[in-house]
Amino acid sequence: MTNPTDLTPAQQDDLRAIAGCIVPASAEFAVPGADDPAIQADMLATLGRDAPAVRAALERLAALAGGSFAALAPAQRQHVAAALRAEGGVAVATLARVVLQVYYRDDRVVRSLGLEPRPPFPLGHVLPDGDWSLLDPVRSRQPFWRQAG
Amino acid sequence: MSDIVDVLIIGAGASGAAMAYSLAETKMRIVCLDQGGWTKPSDYPTNGRDWEARFFGDYSPSPNIRGRAEDYPINDDASPIKVVNYNGVGGSTIMYTAHWPRLHPSDFRVRSLDGVADDWPIDYDMLVPFFEENDRMMGVSGLAGDPGQPPRNPPMPQQPLGLSGAIIGSAMNQLGWHWWPSDTTVATMDYDGRARCINLGHCTPACAQGAKASTDITYWPHAIRAGVELRTHCRVREITVNADGMASGVIYYDKDGVERFQAAEVVVMACNGIGTPRLLLNSKSERFPDGLANSSGLVGKNLMFHPYAQVYGYVDAPTDSNRAPPTCLWSKEFYETDPARDFVRGYSFQFGRGAGPVMEAVMSDAKGLLPWGDDHHRVFRRLNGHRIQLSAICEDLPEAHNRVTLDPVLTDSHGIPSPKIDYTISENSQRMMAHGIARAKEFLAAAGARDICTNSPILYGGWHLLGTARMGNDPARSVVNEWGRAHDVKNLFIVDGSIFVTSGGVNPTSTIQALALYIADQMKQRLANLFD
Repeated sequence: MTNPTDLTPAQQDDLRAIAGCIVPASAEFAVPGADDPAIQADMLATLGRDAPAVRAALERLAALAGGSFAALAPAQRQHVAAALRAEGGVAVATLARVVLQVYYRDDRVVRSLGLEPRPPFPLGHVLPDGDWSLLDPVRSRQPFWRQAG
Repeated sequence: MSDIVDVLIIGAGASGAAMAYSLAETKMRIVCLDQGGWTKPSDYPTNGRDWEARFFGDYSPSPNIRGRAEDYPINDDASPIKVVNYNGVGGSTIMYTAHWPRLHPSDFRVRSLDGVADDWPIDYDMLVPFFEENDRMMGVSGLAGDPGQPPRNPPMPQQPLGLSGAIIGSAMNQLGWHWWPSDTTVATMDYDGRARCINLGHCTPACAQGAKASTDITYWPHAIRAGVELRTHCRVREITVNADGMASGVIYYDKDGVERFQAAEVVVMACNGIGTPRLLLNSKSERFPDGLANSSGLVGKNLMFHPYAQVYGYVDAPTDSNRAPPTCLWSKEFYETDPARDFVRGYSFQFGRGAGPVMEAVMSDAKGLLPWGDDHHRVFRRLNGHRIQLSAICEDLPEAHNRVTLDPVLTDSHGIPSPKIDYTISENSQRMMAHGIARAKEFLAAAGARDICTNSPILYGGWHLLGTARMGNDPARSVVNEWGRAHDVKNLFIVDGSIFVTSGGVNPTSTIQALALYIADQMKQRLANLFD
């Protein structure tokens, strides 16, 4: 039985290809693209309630591509991806969000941003107290809230 | 269960919890029904690597997106601002920013001072003891001495200034504008069983540390120890009335979906500005054919949201991003009416420290700032961890056409008609938002920010749900009297945001809870003749 969040093999190919167009790998920043196998596996496993919108966006992508988006040459992919983004809409926004929210939690990507690959709890973060003398000009103001009596 | 209780409270959120706690000392039999359940901090998003993604799913502040059985859907298609809330023990204090201003004294006198809307039948000074009690119970952090508002003494020290706060403060000083560390219900020290803030930084969708005050961990433990009974997953369908026109109890569905009746001597509504009118309008009877307590025709009308005009940009220096509570400072520079402006009343600025990487990517993509393709990484590194933002929280004046009615088709999981929102932003509010955006851009310029973006209004910004069962002395022009009792039904009380006469220009939860404590106090003083 097909899981309602499953994509067809062709849609999975197109998802991988469009994800790679949105966030390609970068040697300069030493990060994978969003078409990386581990990132794709996470994306498919956590599609959940976003599946219908993502499926709709992929159907539109295939229509713009005249068939398989993944089968297009790289230059053609860029052209079709730009057309999809320009059309916009809820489905396309959801597709982009799904790609980005999975990409930016990948350990390799998070480390490349100088962040620790962990959830906020339980370690939290340290926040510098800062220089409260900045507040001195405001402290010196007379009360200016409006009396109502 | 049909044995009669002394007081039945509907809703275990901000106001219901405060009411339950305050009335508990009377030793009356008090029962509270809530359509949701207890939440577990171990389930909160910041426990997992998908902490940001869940904001778009099961921990969205929008009930229509969350879509849990305990959430009731809301038809807000006819509103440019969508309703956000949380249903469960703690209510929307589970899912709020913990920003903790009070309404100002002038907010209670808008007719006398500025010739608009109506004065409240009570004033700021009457609420001061209840603001103070509420600050102790919720545990407030802040700094005394703010010249922009009346004196108050938060029981805990303010949050650190952090990197973002220093950038914001420096820019505000350049402009000579007021700024001050926000009062917040994020605990900066261990407090009443709560652990201090460790800067999880994703405060709005619930705090796994328990540092952010929500009434499930503040008022409720005290109320329950004092004998209040809290029944969860019990959704009230309607309030019933007897032959004398008094509330006799409620019909509700229990956690198994079984219809029950609970008789009560007094019914207290604490469902906030959408849930309360919804329930009153669903409580039609032969005696009250237009809904309960609605002889004025004002139930559901005068909905006020606070339109948010948000502006943000990116500075070269690093900001705190997601590594601190998101709200940290406020400004009251433009709060009070200035005749030189083209609008009446005013707004607060609420400053934000930044966003986490997923939020930054998603929001920047939506704005078209973040390219697809090879340039993506370079641009993202320029944006991520460099955002500063501020929002003008604009006073929304009451207008009868902004209203809550019952949707003819949409229902919740029990088949109870859902609310429908019809709302437009007034010209006065539009001008106020434009003023706020212009000032915000001046601020961002002073901070050296670039790539300036606006969200005006914030689409999913309907946090503050006010005015739909307003307070007043005249039964023809208000739903409840000056101590929260329905004009039409002498054993029915409303204690939530729906009784606001005007909205002020600040987050309202502190004032909602102070009002609930004030009304509880009024009830306790009048127990011998409560129904006279």
